[in-house]
Amino acid sequence: MSKVMLEARGLTKYFDVPGGKLHAVDHVDFVIHEGETLGLVGESGCGKSTTGRLLLRLLEPTEGEVWFDGENITTMPLKDFRKYRSQMQIVFQDPYASLNPRMSLSEIIEEPLIINRIHNNAADRAKRVRELMDTVGLAQRLLNVYPHELDGGRRQRIGIARALALKPRFIVQDEPVSALDVSIQAQILNLMDDLQDEFKLTYLFISHDLSVVKHVSDRIVVMYLGVIVEMAESQDLFDRREHPYTQALLSALPVPSVDIETRPILLKGEISSPINPPDACRFAGRCPYKQELCDREEPKLREIHPGHWVACHFAGNLVQTEDIIVGGQVVAAEEGEDIDIQELARQEVAPEEDILTEEAAEVEPEDIIEVEEAKSEETIITK
Amino acid sequence: MAKNVATASASAPVVADKKRNQWKEVWRRLKQNKMAMLGLGILVFMVIIALSADLLFPKGFDDQMISRRFQLPNSEYWFGTDNLGRGILDRMVHGARVSLSIGLFAVTISIVFGGLLGAMAGFYGGKVDNIIMRSLDVLLAIPSILLAISIVSALGGGLFNVMLAVGISSIPGYARIVRASVITLKGQEFIEAARAIGASDKRIILRHIIPNALAPIIVQGTLGVAGAILSAAGLSFIGLGLAPPNPEWGAMLSGGRQFIRDHWPMTLFPGLAIMITIFALNLLGDGLRDALDPKLRN
Repeated sequence: MSKVMLEARGLTKYFDVPGGKLHAVDHVDFVIHEGETLGLVGESGCGKSTTGRLLLRLLEPTEGEVWFDGENITTMPLKDFRKYRSQMQIVFQDPYASLNPRMSLSEIIEEPLIINRIHNNAADRAKRVRELMDTVGLAQRLLNVYPHELDGGRRQRIGIARALALKPRFIVQDEPVSALDVSIQAQILNLMDDLQDEFKLTYLFISHDLSVVKHVSDRIVVMYLGVIVEMAESQDLFDRREHPYTQALLSALPVPSVDIETRPILLKGEISSPINPPDACRFAGRCPYKQELCDREEPKLREIHPGHWVACHFAGNLVQTEDIIVGGQVVAAEEGEDIDIQELARQEVAPEEDILTEEAAEVEPEDIIEVEEAKSEETIITK
Repeated sequence: MAKNVATASASAPVVADKKRNQWKEVWRRLKQNKMAMLGLGILVFMVIIALSADLLFPKGFDDQMISRRFQLPNSEYWFGTDNLGRGILDRMVHGARVSLSIGLFAVTISIVFGGLLGAMAGFYGGKVDNIIMRSLDVLLAIPSILLAISIVSALGGGLFNVMLAVGISSIPGYARIVRASVITLKGQEFIEAARAIGASDKRIILRHIIPNALAPIIVQGTLGVAGAILSAAGLSFIGLGLAPPNPEWGAMLSGGRQFIRDHWPMTLFPGLAIMITIFALNLLGDGLRDALDPKLRN
């Protein structure tokens, strides 16, 4: 692997809230290598975006450090940080909220050039703006257009052009495609892929969309309630899901085929509160493999295969202690029995033609009539 | 579809790839708004008349003659005469200088200072917010006319001090409005984006927050001109504003109050002048608000 570009060491952010301290990001360690795309996944509110913002110093960490190119950028005065800021940029999730509605496209892209005094005369800047528009695939005629006149995909392109204006080496992609239509998502993802090759960019790709993350990332970090629960090479993570949370998360990934039945693991309970969490595994409340140790001690990240890190006391040695629902079926916990739920969840029903035809034959005309009757009743009610 | 066509035709000329001047653009959009142009026309007319008052109405504002007092409108005194025989129109035209400048200048003071204080309070939050807003609450606790009275009595009368007093006394209101919109704006992602490209706080406030917080301020400001003229009138009424016989619409209005049953022109015409000014400012303000909003452009 190439050299380390960015490193988070014990990165921590607590927010003061009425009930105490909200542990948004809690002692997170990871590295990002030059030229790679690191995927960061997790459910809403697990601290993904906060982590991205901490790296760029858009938020000041409560504890911990960020090292960029061998320099600690967390403690340096803002004045010295300026030159790093231009190397680290961010593309935001919402292309509607992330562009100033009162500024035209050219003004938005030009702004970073003005602020960082990249070109001192207007003509050079205008030239650079047009160059950037070309790079991200925006037509020149849109130069004076305002963001509200454009669709989501074009707006996101403006956001990307703005991030590229300072010729950064590292870009945090904070859910850049989750607000876009699927067809536009593909365009934007391809654009970013091209840009990565062209400008040798390093990405931190934050998303809750697993299929997207799998598609773009070299390595993936899974976060849960402010801590990293698993970290591995992208394919390795999908092949060997060691953490129970990762197993549940990845089992929910939809497969774009009607012939394949996915069997998501349904987690019970709710996310425990991130406010003043106890010294225990944060996933314990929902974990079907929970043991007594999990309530007593917070598991540390440990490397169980080369390059594959997991924060679970029993990773690789899970014993089911509670019932799990997999694909609608209850898998009861039995004393001492070691069922491979992971295998069960991954199990795919092969398309067997006999079954399909039988099922098709089972649908009788009567059923259809019944459905229609039910529908007409509904319409009467609504009338 | 219609919008697309409009956009295309606007950017189609030779300047298509040249950056358009923002203010020219605003002016172009403002011109399309008939009502706003009517308002602007009325204001420009008033300002011109006020500036050339000495030329057009050489009798001046203190040409007293008791024998011709309480005249109804006639060919020589178009708006009639007052209780001292002075032409009401003459006094109004000379008074326009005072009233217009009090109205505009006082509101400018309140918008600039109230806006900046409110923007800072909303933007920085926490202690700064508390210090600024609590100090303004102290001002807010005193009725604004009372506050203006105390400022004028401390600084002494005169046109400038009156403007200052009226302006300062309405700062808290503007600050509160700006603060509220800044707080909603500050959480938006484009502010964070500006920070990510290295924008200073000053630039974020001036370039990103204030332009987006402008709409309610313009509306409040145009209404505020009326309030300012009337506050100034209140000050003159209790002898703290401009000393008589200096004319001023508000003072003329309150001066005519005691004769309202017998001689209506003394109250009607100054009142109308104030009303028309406010009306024109409102039309212009509405138009300006729309012209400044790129979302509404046509």
